[in-house]
Amino acid sequence: MAMTMHCNIVSAEAEIFSGRVTMLVATGSLGDLGIMPGHAPLLTGLRPGPVRLLLDNGEEEVFFASGGYLEVQPGLTTILADTAIRADDMDEAAALEAKEAAEKAVADQGAEFEFTIATAQLAEATARLRTLDELRKRSR
Amino acid sequence: MAAAREIKDKIGSIQNTQKITSAMEMVAASKMRKTQDRMREGRPYATRIRAVIGHLANAAPEYRHTFMEEREVKKVGYIVISTDKGLCGGLNVNLFRMLVNDMSEWKSKGINSQFGLVGNKAISFFNSFGGEVSATANNLGEAPSVSDLIGSIKVMIDAYEQGEIDRLYIACNNFESAMTQTPEINQLLPLLADEDEEIKHRWDYLYEPDAKELIEGLIQRYIESQVYQAVVENSACEQAAKMMAMKNATDNAGSLIDDLTLLYNNVRQAAITQEIAEIVGGAAAV
Repeated sequence: MAMTMHCNIVSAEAEIFSGRVTMLVATGSLGDLGIMPGHAPLLTGLRPGPVRLLLDNGEEEVFFASGGYLEVQPGLTTILADTAIRADDMDEAAALEAKEAAEKAVADQGAEFEFTIATAQLAEATARLRTLDELRKRSR
Repeated sequence: MAAAREIKDKIGSIQNTQKITSAMEMVAASKMRKTQDRMREGRPYATRIRAVIGHLANAAPEYRHTFMEEREVKKVGYIVISTDKGLCGGLNVNLFRMLVNDMSEWKSKGINSQFGLVGNKAISFFNSFGGEVSATANNLGEAPSVSDLIGSIKVMIDAYEQGEIDRLYIACNNFESAMTQTPEINQLLPLLADEDEEIKHRWDYLYEPDAKELIEGLIQRYIESQVYQAVVENSACEQAAKMMAMKNATDNAGSLIDDLTLLYNNVRQAAITQEIAEIVGGAAAV
């Protein structure tokens, strides 16, 4: 039997996931990182992006986290997400729409334009789409 | 019949009061459900982040934040969470009593306190009680948001950072069930280490990207989430306590009405008996 660790994903609104996993792949602030049981203690910020879990029964689950923190302890991994949802619950049309709106906002900069906010929105919309892509790859 | 009339009026006014209290009971019951949901939603995040902070306080990080240093206590700070409205039984009073006990314990060691208050009831209590109040937030409404609280949280945190206070506590009510709410005083700063921790040797996290930035962000979020959770929990307590208080008031009004009705009937009967006695007496005299 494969080695497992406990994994908790919570967002400010709800507990999203709690259970044993064999591997976790998340989008850290310095790039994607994979965590396996026995990983050294680690603390990192998260960027908007997919969180992929390899469950101990061999199945995979994908979540979307819009930033937050990741803590790794030997045998325990905690994701404190700002908002997190199960990727299955995500709406592709809405994500595409959000991305287009954000791109448009970045392209035509009005007088009172908040560039940082718009780019953050664009990053989040892109991350949502990336999560959906990930999910689609899996189901194929 | 004057006495009977008065009693009748009294019964009428108590019945009106009873209608009001039973309506308030039902309003509180339906609000309690909503506030309880809000409390349950926030709980997992608050407990997880507390666990992470407990680990962090146990670690031996390369970067020591001021919030992690245990200092000699010269002054303590309290964030007091109370309700905005009254009519909720002993909820606020119990909390204030516990707080005053805690304060006088510090006081006996020559240590003063400073307060950040949330809710109208705490503000009016400390107005009459006295004490150094440095921040207030009130009228948060049914669905408090973190942004309403940030201002008064920040004042207390700044006071800690600048060394004005050396401990920061949060005093609030803990929701156990709809029947019981217990007042609690918990330490926020300096960060409390996790006690049941098997890893006691020196260890540190790997930080990505930078320890200072990460720890600061995490602690900020920790304090906000703890205070927010306390406020949400307190509002669930408020509705539960209000429901119980109003239920008691309705029951009491009911028993008062029963007593008065009995008295009214006695008085009425006495009047009739007296009238008959007079008639009989009058007839005998003729």
